[in-house]
Amino acid sequence: MACVPGLGRNRTKQGMAGMATTFSLNGEKRTVEAEPDTPLLWVLRDDLKLTGTKFGCGAALCGACTVHLDGEAVRSCQIQLRDVEARDVTTIEGVKGDIAAAVQAAWIKLDVVQCGYCQSGQVMAAVGLLSQIRKPTDDDINKAMDGNVCRCNTYQRIRAAIHEAAKTLPG
Amino acid sequence: MTASTHSGVLTGIFTMTPADAAPEKLQSSRRTFLKLSGAGLVLGMAAPLPGMSGGAEAKAAEALAPNPFLVVAPDNTVTVIIKHLDKGQGAATGLATLVAEELDADWAQIKTEFAPADPVKYKNLAFGVQGVGGSTGLANSYEQYRLAGATAKAMIVAAAARKWSVKASDVKVSKGIVSSGDKSAKLGDLAVLAAAESIPDKPALKDPKDFVYIGKSFPRVDSKAKSTGATKFTIDQQTDDMLVATIVRPPLFGATVKTFDASEAEKINGVIKVLQIPQGVAVIATNTWGALQGQRAVKVTWDESKAEKRGTDEIVTAYKALLDKPGLPARKDGDVEAAFKTANKVISADFEFPYLAHAPLEPLDCVVKTDGKTAEIWTGSQMQTLDHGAACAVLGLKPEAVQLHTVWAGGSFGRRAIADSHFVREACEIAKAYGEPQPVKVMWTREDDIKGGWYRPVYVHRIKAGLDKDGNIVAWQHRIVGQSIIAGTPFESVMVKDAIDHSSVEGASNLPYGIANLTVELHTEKAGVPVLWWRSVGSTHTAHATEHMIDILAKEAGRDPVDFRLAMLSKHPRHAGVLKLAAEKAGWGSKLPDGKFRGVAVHESFKSYVAQIADVSLREDGTPKVERVVCAIDCGVAVNPDVVAAQMEGGIGYGLGAALKGAITMKEGRVEQSNFDGYDVLRMSEMPKVEVYIVPSAEAPTGVGEPGTPVVLPAVANALFSGTGVKTTVLPMTKQKYKGQS
Ligand code: FES
Ligand code: FES
Repeated sequence: MACVPGLGRNRTKQGMAGMATTFSLNGEKRTVEAEPDTPLLWVLRDDLKLTGTKFGCGAALCGACTVHLDGEAVRSCQIQLRDVEARDVTTIEGVKGDIAAAVQAAWIKLDVVQCGYCQSGQVMAAVGLLSQIRKPTDDDINKAMDGNVCRCNTYQRIRAAIHEAAKTLPG
Repeated sequence: MTASTHSGVLTGIFTMTPADAAPEKLQSSRRTFLKLSGAGLVLGMAAPLPGMSGGAEAKAAEALAPNPFLVVAPDNTVTVIIKHLDKGQGAATGLATLVAEELDADWAQIKTEFAPADPVKYKNLAFGVQGVGGSTGLANSYEQYRLAGATAKAMIVAAAARKWSVKASDVKVSKGIVSSGDKSAKLGDLAVLAAAESIPDKPALKDPKDFVYIGKSFPRVDSKAKSTGATKFTIDQQTDDMLVATIVRPPLFGATVKTFDASEAEKINGVIKVLQIPQGVAVIATNTWGALQGQRAVKVTWDESKAEKRGTDEIVTAYKALLDKPGLPARKDGDVEAAFKTANKVISADFEFPYLAHAPLEPLDCVVKTDGKTAEIWTGSQMQTLDHGAACAVLGLKPEAVQLHTVWAGGSFGRRAIADSHFVREACEIAKAYGEPQPVKVMWTREDDIKGGWYRPVYVHRIKAGLDKDGNIVAWQHRIVGQSIIAGTPFESVMVKDAIDHSSVEGASNLPYGIANLTVELHTEKAGVPVLWWRSVGSTHTAHATEHMIDILAKEAGRDPVDFRLAMLSKHPRHAGVLKLAAEKAGWGSKLPDGKFRGVAVHESFKSYVAQIADVSLREDGTPKVERVVCAIDCGVAVNPDVVAAQMEGGIGYGLGAALKGAITMKEGRVEQSNFDGYDVLRMSEMPKVEVYIVPSAEAPTGVGEPGTPVVLPAVANALFSGTGVKTTVLPMTKQKYKGQS
C-alpha cells in the first residue's frame, strides 16, 4: 500500500496535514492525506500526480474530469475525497478491459482527437456508456455524452468511434 | 509514433555542448550546425525540470541535424522540430508529413518536438516572428519543411554513395530504407556519416506525382497519447516544489486594485502568499485546491473610475446610431448612390453580432521558474516571439537568459495568440513578486476565462442593395461598425491601412460577386472591452451579413440561391468550384421531406474557399436543429485530407455553437456569463452530420483551421429563411423565433 503525502501540504502555514483517506485507485489501494472536502479531481492531479484527468469548468458542466467511481462515469470535480473512502476509482491512466481497449483503438483508428484536452473525459464517458449499453443508438450516445464538451467539436468522430468500438465488442 | 514536448533536448542538439560528446565528432557536428544557422540565437543546454520533460532523453550528439527542422539520429528516429504551437489543428502532423515526404522516412520513425523560441530560425515566414495564426501554419512552412527533409535526404544519399562506392543517382530511399543494388541501410545508420557531407544549396524537391505522404491521410502523430491521457499540457506540468497561483481579476474591464484583505484567504490550507500584481491580486498556494479556494476568499476593493461601465445594450445602441452615417471607405467601386436611384427595388437589412468568448477547454495557464538571473517558461505559446519578449521585459532579463518551452495546448481558437502576451506577463509578475526559485503555475478558472474579455468584438452591419428589373444586383452598400482588434498591437502597421482595420472588413471588402456599384464602409469605435481574433476573425460576421443578404436578395429576385450566386461568380472560379461541388454532393434542388429546409453559403477566408449546404429542421420548441452540413473546400494541396476534414468538422461545430447560442453580455460593465451554463457551447446532440469534399488542386496549400467556421452560420440562416421566411439578423439565433412563420 502506497502512502502519498499531500503535495507540499506539510509546508502549509498551519502545518496541518489533512485526514487520511483510503480508496482503490486503478486497482491499487492508496491512502491520501488531504482535506476531506478536496475535490477528487485535485487529489488525483496534485496528490497522486495522475494528470490525465482534466479540469475544464469545475462545475459539472464539461466532463473533462470524468473518471469511474465503482465502474460508473462521474465528474471528479464534484466528488469530495471523503466520498471515495473504500471505493474504487478508475482514471484514464488505469482504465482497462475489453471495452476500454476497443474504445481507445477506435479513437486512434478514426483519429478522433484534435487538441485532445477533452479526450480523457470523452474516453471515460464512452467506456461508461458501453459498459451499460453494448450497442448504443445515436440517442443513447447523445444522452451519455452531452455533458462532455469538446471545444474542438470532434463530436462526429466521437460518435463514430463509439459505434466502431461497439461493433468490435461481443454483443 | 510518439510526440514529446521537451525542447530542452533540442537546444542541446543545436548547440552541441553535451559534456560527454566525443570532441572530434562534436567538431564536425558543430560545423554542420554553424554552417546553416549562422549566428542565430544560441541557447544554453536546457536543464529540464525533473518530471517536466516529455520523456525523450538527449539524443546522441552525433546526429544529422543539417537545419533547425529535423534530427536524424543513429537510433533511427527522425525528430521533426515543430516551430508552431499545436493546439489541435494538426500542426505537428502536418509539418512532420512534409519532412517525411522529402526525406522518404517511414511514418513510424517520425517523432515530433516543439521548437524553442527563436525568431531567427523558427519565424513564421508570413509574419516575420515566431507564431501561428490566420491559418498560416502549413502554408508558410510548405516549402521550408520539404526543403529541410530534402536536404537531409541528399546528405544521406551522398554518404551512402561514398560508403558503398556507388553513384548518388544509384542510391534510392524509400520508407526509411536507403539502398543501392544489394546494399541497404536504415536512415539512422547513415546519420553520422551524412553529418560530415556538405549541405546542398538547393536540394531538389519531389514532383507532386511522386508524393507518398502528401495528399494521403496518414494518422496523426498525437492520437495515441491524447486518447490515453498521456499528453502533457501546460496544466499538467508538475514538480514536487511547484506552486500554483490564481488571480483575483477585476469585475469590470479597466478596474484596478484599490485595497485588498487577504486574511481569510491566508487561513486556507495550502495558501502561502497573497500579493498584488498589476493584473489583480495573486494567490499562491502549494496546491491547486488551495489556490482556487484562496481566490474566492480574497476581498478586493476595486478602483472602477476608469472602467467600462456600459452594458452590451448600450454599446449596441451606440453602434447602431452610426449605421445612418457614412463610414471610412474600405472599398469603392462605381457609383452606388446613382445606382440606387435607378434601381427597381432597394432592400436593406441590419445585423447584430455579440461578443464571443473563445473558451478553449484548457483554460489559459503558464508555468514560470526563475531565480532572478535566468528563467524558463512553459506554456501553450502561439506567438513565441511575443511571449518570449514579454517575459524578458517583465523579468528584466536578456533574451538569452529566458527559455520558452512550447507545450501542447488544449485549444486556442485565437485566444492564445495574444499580442500583449498577458497570460505570460502576469505569470512572470507573480514569479518575480514571489521571488523564490520554485516554479509557479498560474491557472485561469473557467470563470476567469468567460469573464476575462478578449472577445470577438460586437459588430453591427447594414447592407443596402438595389436590384434592377431583371433581378440583378446593381448596387451594394455595406456599412460595418465595431471595435478594432488590431489597433494597439504590433500588427497595426501591417493590418491597419488608412485607418481601416483590415480584420474588421475582411470577407466584406473582398466580396467576390460581380456588382458594378459597391461600397464597403467602416466605423471603428472604442469600447473598454478587450477584444481579439476569434476563429476566422472578420469572417465570423462578414460571411453571415453578406451571404444571408444574398439569399434575401435572391428571394426578392425570384432566383435559386445557387444559380443567383454562380451568375455573379464568373471571375471567381474557385468560389464557383466549391459551390458547384457542394450543391452536387448535397443534392441541391432535390425535394426535401416536410419540415426540412436547405440553405447554402460560400465564402473565402485565409485564401481557402468553402461552400456549405445545411439541412435544418425545427425542434418542438422552435429552435433550429441542424441535421446535415455538406462542406466543399478548396485549400490548394490538401497535405493531409483527413486533417482537412477534421478541421472542417470542428470548424463547423465551433461556428454552429456560437450561431445557435453564443453571446457574452454585460450589464453596467459586468459580464453576465461565467461558465458553460450561461455561455453554453455546442454539444454532442447538436452536432450535425458533416460531409467534407476537397477540390483536387495543385495550388500551394492554404489555411484550413479557420475557413470552415464562418460559413455554417449563413448556410443555416439561409435554410431557415427558405423554410420559415424568418431572417436571422440578430445573433445568436435564440434572438429569433423561427416557429410558425412561413
Ligand atoms: S471539470 Fe468537472 S465537469 Fe468540468
Ligand atoms: S479535442 Fe479539443 S476539446 Fe476536445
